[in-house]
Amino acid sequence: MMKLPRYVLYDILRSKIIIAYTLFLFIVSLSMFQMEEDSSKAMLSLMNIILIVLPLVSLIFTTIHYYNSYEFIELMLSQPLSRKRILLSEFAGVALSLLSSFMIGVGIPVLLYSASETGFALLFTGASLTLVFTSIAFLASVISRDKAKGIGFALLLWFYFTLIYDGLVLLILFSFSDYPLEKFTLLLSALNPVDLGRIFIMLKMDVSALMGYTGALYKDFFGSGAGLLYTIGIMTLWIIIPLWIAVRKFNKKDL
Amino acid sequence: MKFIAIIIILAFSVSSFGNTITVGKDKSITSISKGVALAKNGDTVKVYPGFYREGRITVTKQITLIGINFPVIDGQKKFENLVVSGSNIKIMGFHFIDSKHSSSEDYSAINIIDATNIIIENNKITNAHFGIHIANSTFCTVKGNDIVGQAVSEQSAGNGIHIWKSSHAFITNNHIQGHRDGIYFEFVTDSEIRNNKSENNIRYGLHFMFSHNNYYAYNTFRKNGAGVAVMYTHHVRMEHNIFEQNWGTASYAILLKDITDSWIINNQFISNTIGIFMEGCNRIDVKKNIFSKNGWAMKVQANCVDNVITNNNFKSNTFDISTNGTMVSSSFEYNYWDKYEGYDLNKDGIGDITYHPVSMYSMIIEQNPNALILLRSFMVTLLDKAEKALPTLTPENLVDRKPKMKPFQL
Repeated sequence: MMKLPRYVLYDILRSKIIIAYTLFLFIVSLSMFQMEEDSSKAMLSLMNIILIVLPLVSLIFTTIHYYNSYEFIELMLSQPLSRKRILLSEFAGVALSLLSSFMIGVGIPVLLYSASETGFALLFTGASLTLVFTSIAFLASVISRDKAKGIGFALLLWFYFTLIYDGLVLLILFSFSDYPLEKFTLLLSALNPVDLGRIFIMLKMDVSALMGYTGALYKDFFGSGAGLLYTIGIMTLWIIIPLWIAVRKFNKKDL
Repeated sequence: MKFIAIIIILAFSVSSFGNTITVGKDKSITSISKGVALAKNGDTVKVYPGFYREGRITVTKQITLIGINFPVIDGQKKFENLVVSGSNIKIMGFHFIDSKHSSSEDYSAINIIDATNIIIENNKITNAHFGIHIANSTFCTVKGNDIVGQAVSEQSAGNGIHIWKSSHAFITNNHIQGHRDGIYFEFVTDSEIRNNKSENNIRYGLHFMFSHNNYYAYNTFRKNGAGVAVMYTHHVRMEHNIFEQNWGTASYAILLKDITDSWIINNQFISNTIGIFMEGCNRIDVKKNIFSKNGWAMKVQANCVDNVITNNNFKSNTFDISTNGTMVSSSFEYNYWDKYEGYDLNKDGIGDITYHPVSMYSMIIEQNPNALILLRSFMVTLLDKAEKALPTLTPENLVDRKPKMKPFQL
């Protein structure tokens, strides 16, 4: 049962990229905690890395890995194995390796220097974003056969989720500023996993600023148990839905 | 004969210092009212521990009323516990409970009216409507009292220490919690408020209006519903106070409205939604304060003129300064900003390039509070950077031209 994911995992580990990525995360997080005397400032810089670098690396690494192991996938398809199982095994291998390098690279420094509520929120968000973007990358690479096109599409998605989407939200907020948008912005935040993760961490970090005005509403919602469930639920949906679509497409695809 | 003469002389000399009348449940005088009625000017009334339910006790003579081991004066929720009027009166060591409550009248545990030279010291006041209410009085000292209320709503609650139309009051070492406003002043001048602790009040920790020439030092204001609000006053001095954890949708460490010619020096503002909110304030010196972990360290509205904000430390605030217009007539100099990214080539401790404490994003939030959802996003960071390079929206002259490289040490 676990044979296929294990092969994928060995394959990834042999390429050394994942080890370099782990080291990079580890050194960056450690040096941040060393440089800043105030650990909350270090957490802030770490949050930026998690929200920007993590999705990018997950997307690019996954797409490249998929195209590189295309021949392996083709070989596996000649075996009596279902397509669904092959793709899910690929996903499990990639996700597990990315997740473990995140947990080692960021998790250990965070637990050492700032094992607070903010720290755990940071780790939760980082882990979910890794899984979400791995899943999205699988969708992107299953859709197109061309490697350049697939990576380009993944990059575009990264750009959309980290930058363009927030620009659109700001545009909407300003165009409809005469209307009560508090509830609506909550909905908007759910449509972007990066935003959702950011708000989740922020609520632990900037408590005083968020208490003002609309902040109180977000705090009430996300700060409560229901808010936590909501965040976990939406993140899970973001992991499952792209992967599910990818599996469906992969099943019907003429390879 | 000689013996009797000595006794007479002794008695005479004692009465010139004042007699002592003892009140106690097992003494000949069992009620405080009776003890007070028997006392003459200069006498001392000592009250032994017990439960005294006497309705409203009135003191108008120049006496000292001392409670031993906190005798309880119970208002039974029907009366004001004690009314003081006159001069040279001292009230010490009592425990006042359950004064009358009302939403239209200002009933209080200790009501001081038309008085001078009054000392209220080391009392406990529990579950009063107003704790200590002073009106039209001069030279009153309120010292070391512990005032604990059980306020539920703003409409039905009273203030901890409420002073109206008085002067030369000295309020020190008191602890106030659970009232509407912890300390409330209206038309009170030349007074000193020192070393008090006001916390968990449902509205303001400190609230004053039209109270000129007062001095506030070493007080702590914590976790009050709306922080501290001070209005329409000139020549106020606030030094070494601590304002912390005033969180809420409309909560300010200090809200300054129409305050002029005042000094805010050496205070600490920690973990408040808004550190200082200034509106219509002129000629205020904000010096050597520490602002840390606040949502907004300062909000300076465009109608503030000639304020000097200098030598402060701004650390780990989400936003340092925000304002609502482009006009800025206050000066910012020699402050330490932890967000400053400049350099100091000549090593004189002053950064060589100017610091813009107002970020583009704080202007956006000012116009559209919903945009708070984008806090700390990549796009906001980019916008802020772009704005720093080419300021268009943020007020050009709200700058610190001489930002310090290192925080000042207290």
